[in-house]
Amino acid sequence: MDAPEEPLPPVIYTMENKPIVTCAGDQNLFTSIYPTLSQQLPREPMEWRRSYGRAPKMIHLESNFVQFKEELLPKEGNKALLTFPFLHIYWTECCDTEVYKATVKDDLTKWQNVLKAHSSVDWLIVVVENDAKKKNKTNILPRTSIVDKIRNDFCNKQSDRCVVLTDPLKDSSRTQESWNTFLTKLRTLLLMSFTKNLGKFEDDMRTLREKRTEPGWSFCEYFMVQEELAFVFEMLQQFEDALVQYDELDALFSQYVVNFGAGDGANWLTFFCQPVKSWNGLILRKPIDMEKRELIQRQEATLLDLRSYLFARQCTLLLFLQRPWEVAQRALELLHSCVQELKLLEVSVPPGALDCWVFLSCLEVLQRIEGCCDRAQMDSNIAHTVGLWSYATEKLKALGYLCGLVSEKGPDSEDLNRTVDLLAGLGAERPETANTAQSPYKKLKEALSSVEAFEKHYLDLSHATIEMYTSIGRIRSAKFVGKDLAEFYMRKKSPQKAESYLQGALKNYLAEGWALPITHTQKQLAECQKHLGQIENYLQTSSLLAGDHHLTEEERTYFCQEILNFASQHTDSPGHKVVLPMHSFAHLRDLRFTPANAVVHVGGILSVEITVCSQMPIPVRVEQITISVHFSVEKNSYRKTAEWLTKHKTSNGIISFPAETLPFPASQNSLPALELYEMFERSPSDNSLNTTGIICKNVHMLLRRQESGAALDSPSGVALEDGPHVLQCGDVTLAPGANTVTFRTQAKEPGTYTLRQLCASAGPVCFVLPHLYPLAQYDVYSQEPQLHVEPLADSLLAGIPQKVKFTVTTGHYTVKNGDSLQLSNVEAMPVLCHAENRAVIYSNAREKASEASLRVQSSDKVTSISLPAVPAYHVIEFELEVLSLPSAPATAGESSALGVTEAQRKHKDTPKAGHCMATTDHKVSIECPWSIYSTVIALTFSMPFRTTHALLSSGTRKYIQVCVQNLSDLDFRLSDSALADVGGSADLQLRPLNLESQQHICSRQSVFFVWELTWTREPPPPLHARFSVGFRPASQERLTVSLKPYTYEFQVENFFTLYNVRAEILPPAGMELCRTGALCALEVAITRLSDLLEVDRDEALTESDEHFSTKLMYEVVDNSSNWAVCGKSSGVISMPVVPQATHRVHMEVMPLFAGYLPLPDIRLFKYLPHHSAHSSQLDADSWIENDSLSVDKHVDDQLDSSSIKSRGSVHSAASSEHKGLPMPRLQALPPGQVFNSSAGMQILVIPSKDDHVLEVSVT
Amino acid sequence: MAVCVAVIAKENYPLYIRSVPTENELKFHYMVHTSLDVVDEKISAMGKALVDQRELYLGLLYPTEDYKVYGYVTNSKVKFVMVVDSSNPALRDNEIRSMFRKLHNSYTDVMCNPFYNPGDRIQSRAFDSMVTSMMIQVC
Repeated sequence: MDAPEEPLPPVIYTMENKPIVTCAGDQNLFTSIYPTLSQQLPREPMEWRRSYGRAPKMIHLESNFVQFKEELLPKEGNKALLTFPFLHIYWTECCDTEVYKATVKDDLTKWQNVLKAHSSVDWLIVVVENDAKKKNKTNILPRTSIVDKIRNDFCNKQSDRCVVLTDPLKDSSRTQESWNTFLTKLRTLLLMSFTKNLGKFEDDMRTLREKRTEPGWSFCEYFMVQEELAFVFEMLQQFEDALVQYDELDALFSQYVVNFGAGDGANWLTFFCQPVKSWNGLILRKPIDMEKRELIQRQEATLLDLRSYLFARQCTLLLFLQRPWEVAQRALELLHSCVQELKLLEVSVPPGALDCWVFLSCLEVLQRIEGCCDRAQMDSNIAHTVGLWSYATEKLKALGYLCGLVSEKGPDSEDLNRTVDLLAGLGAERPETANTAQSPYKKLKEALSSVEAFEKHYLDLSHATIEMYTSIGRIRSAKFVGKDLAEFYMRKKSPQKAESYLQGALKNYLAEGWALPITHTQKQLAECQKHLGQIENYLQTSSLLAGDHHLTEEERTYFCQEILNFASQHTDSPGHKVVLPMHSFAHLRDLRFTPANAVVHVGGILSVEITVCSQMPIPVRVEQITISVHFSVEKNSYRKTAEWLTKHKTSNGIISFPAETLPFPASQNSLPALELYEMFERSPSDNSLNTTGIICKNVHMLLRRQESGAALDSPSGVALEDGPHVLQCGDVTLAPGANTVTFRTQAKEPGTYTLRQLCASAGPVCFVLPHLYPLAQYDVYSQEPQLHVEPLADSLLAGIPQKVKFTVTTGHYTVKNGDSLQLSNVEAMPVLCHAENRAVIYSNAREKASEASLRVQSSDKVTSISLPAVPAYHVIEFELEVLSLPSAPATAGESSALGVTEAQRKHKDTPKAGHCMATTDHKVSIECPWSIYSTVIALTFSMPFRTTHALLSSGTRKYIQVCVQNLSDLDFRLSDSALADVGGSADLQLRPLNLESQQHICSRQSVFFVWELTWTREPPPPLHARFSVGFRPASQERLTVSLKPYTYEFQVENFFTLYNVRAEILPPAGMELCRTGALCALEVAITRLSDLLEVDRDEALTESDEHFSTKLMYEVVDNSSNWAVCGKSSGVISMPVVPQATHRVHMEVMPLFAGYLPLPDIRLFKYLPHHSAHSSQLDADSWIENDSLSVDKHVDDQLDSSSIKSRGSVHSAASSEHKGLPMPRLQALPPGQVFNSSAGMQILVIPSKDDHVLEVSVT
Repeated sequence: MAVCVAVIAKENYPLYIRSVPTENELKFHYMVHTSLDVVDEKISAMGKALVDQRELYLGLLYPTEDYKVYGYVTNSKVKFVMVVDSSNPALRDNEIRSMFRKLHNSYTDVMCNPFYNPGDRIQSRAFDSMVTSMMIQVC
């Protein structure tokens, strides 16, 4: 490449250009060095520092060395950069001063002058030294001198412009070093030149760009200038920078278009608005499309030409940069923006022309990318290219529709004309692709040539696109292309191919709940299915569409009519049924049972009322609506009584079904509702419960794989159940909206009936709701007749008439006229017959049906109640009055103790503390007409009263007090109270002190009666008394029956007073009043009132000196802790049995509180010697414990201290040994025998003065 | 500005979709639905990136001849898709971003309504009028 001749201008078909460096001087010398030079120059990179803050770059320099000619130097105003010589080198080998002076210097001067004339400062003088030459010539000057001379002559202050290259063709280290220096210099200078010249160029270019608002500015001219820069960058392998130039041009142009659209038009742009005449697509196979470039240069390019050229250049650079995917992405943007720009500029484009252009361009880009990438790369970058594929598909489709290639008949003449026009615009095929079989040009031409070819190409493209989308997971896009394909197939009348695409797309939309696409696709599917003759599917889709609110009323009516037409046409073909799911047709809103608890007895009428919302746009006549029912016999049928069921069912009887949530994605609601049932498993032998649980009856539906059966309920999924039990309702017209349908059925077999399926049929078409959920069940039961007898009130009271409620649950038994209940009479509980008894008859649902009179006949043994005639499953209720007569009065109070004596007739339940009433049970056996066995009914009556008596004494006078306590909730009126001595002793008289003959006794209150007891003989005999009082409820003034009085018997004995005890507390001596803390004297006087009596004859009695004495023990007890007894609190005295014999005891007590204090209790006991056989277990232990063992200093006069000591020793022995030892015993004296005359007395105690805390107790 | 605005639930069913009434609604439904492919792709690509620095704005999903489809995804994976007329080149990324931000704020208000059931269709009038305002700005 010695380049002796320089082609001018350079043809730039390839980018094999290199920066031009001219060579002047010794051409032979250069030729010899050139091979080494061209090889060495690009070997090492050089850092290129850039102006404008652009990043420095390492750059490998190459050059095109040409012989220097003056023509090469650019003239003023020439903007060409490619042909610009960046460096001028002068080569010389001269080592002889003479030669130098003779020729070389002149030559150099001439060269320099030419350069100066063109103001080129980028030059270099190379002096090559050759040792061989030196040796030959002895007269040569030292080497340096020539170089120095040159430097002196030419390199004015720029000594670096002259370099020495030593022995360039030798292989020595010196040569190497010299080369390195030279190359570095050369590179540096080249870069300097680039920086300077490009900088100047860029400045010029910018100046030109700034003039763009001036009139007459031409984009094309500017384009050419900036492209020159791009070329240079490309030449320098700076593709990035080159690309930037094109991008800037692109952006500038785009901005102009936008501005033009906004009304700010540039003149030059109007040229681009000329009508599009050629649409032959992008050409990317050549690095530079010179044809288009020339058009631009000549300012004849159309918008598409300019865009095509620009993109082709960008594409080339991007491919150099190894960014093919950016090409794809930019291509799509370009195509879109071109279409937009043409629209914006209102360029007239023949129909289809753009489609052709886009289609060709897409394929061209794709093929170009394929050409520089391998298969694997392509496959992994589908995401980048698939957009182009789909765009191409779309455009081909548009072309197909435009040219009539999609219709069934094929293109008509108009279509053909259009096709011809379109093909004309393509022009001839480019030479570069002429040999390629699959060129976009050929493809398009072929596709437009015939219907078949179009189909083939379109299908190829579509399938490829779908496949690509699917492979990168863009399912939705794939389905969308598939839908286009389906549309195409429908146009081509091959619905069988379209169907699968439509189904696929529909499934996708359903799964994600996109209502409008669903509707649209379903509409397409309906048409497809209609063509295919898939009647069931078509009807199903039609029903969905008819209920679809996104369609217009007419469309919905049309689809609804389609179903109805089918139904009316095929009525004659029985057996064949078209089963469609109900949900599209109608929605079951609620279901109501009557009776509300959904429980009926055998033979009873049950009605089921359902509310169905029809989704159809017009009223639809349905021949029949049926509900199929699943019947199961309940094992534990005995519990299924009306009572039990009433308690356990929801009361209102309305079951609401959830509204359909169809618009939401199928993934949420495609799962069927759980159908849960109770499950009991019993052991076959003894019917005991083995296991129980809940089972789900539609597990197979719930657990099946999701994707297989997710979206579409296939019609086969809806099976029509055919059971023996159905509820039916015929000939219903369902208007749009809510409709009410009522089913009536008569209950037959007892058991549980579950409503399973709802089916509406019109002709052969059935709309089926396969499962009703929540569960709707009704129960049928059969019941045995029953009789219940229960008190009307909480409890029955004895002695007064009480109402008892009879309830006859007839069950399956029909009560006939003459049927009666036979009650066996109980003597103590007669049934009170009234003239008028009424029975109320209720239906099983507790609704009052009627009222009837009741006849009650009593004979001495049997009371017969004749029942009114009542049908089965009713309830008869009536009330009867019964009276529990008080049984023979039991004697109470065997002991005369002043205590509570319970009137206990029923000894098995001992009442605790008197809150419970005494009760009496009466058993009645009743014979019922439906059974041969009699029913025994126990009624429990309670006594309303409790009575206690008490003996009261006043000195020797005695009184009997009777207390009647009302325990019931009723108020009573008491009358005719009487106390009689039933002992029949004439010596006793009872004088009533009660004034009123009638007494009112309120609930939970007491009434007291008092009699004075007098006697004529002393001592008086024991009293055996009977108290009786008449009573009746206070609320009832008049009673139809006479009531027996209430009686109470008791005995009182030993009530004659033997001793009088009198206690007195005296203040300490010298004080007027007692003080707290001060010891006071307690004087107790015990006086015998009577002679020796029969009651005194016991072990305590001793006889001495012709008079008797008995041993008594006294005890001072202060239960209220008012007093502290100092010293002995008890003692034994020997009491002479003589009237008016008095024994005094003196004790000391200390008041603990101030105030009026009651005196301490003084108790008297009979003191029985230990050998007594008769043992009275009066708490001897506690008595001993209480006793203090200290010897009282105030020893009783009558009692020697030894006796006390002995008692103490006895005590100690008893406590230390065991209690079985004989010891003295105490016996309480009967209450009537001791009269405490100081009982109730109080004594004033004043607080002591030094008490700083004052405690006053007032009693 | 926008010709169609859609809010799509995490499960990819539409919570709200509205387009300018003059255009064929169905077309936009298809377009928005198809764009979910790219949304899914972008989200899964983002999943690999740091979660903290997650950008809610997904950018241009895909251009068509006449429209540009932009996407945005909230932290709860609710997607906003906006379709913009291509012939309106004045719309820059920044404007789209701010529109999405507005949409997000309004959506947050809807979610804050105690009577709104998350997952239900958005029927808020305030949201609707906000969307209307975004659509009207062009015309």
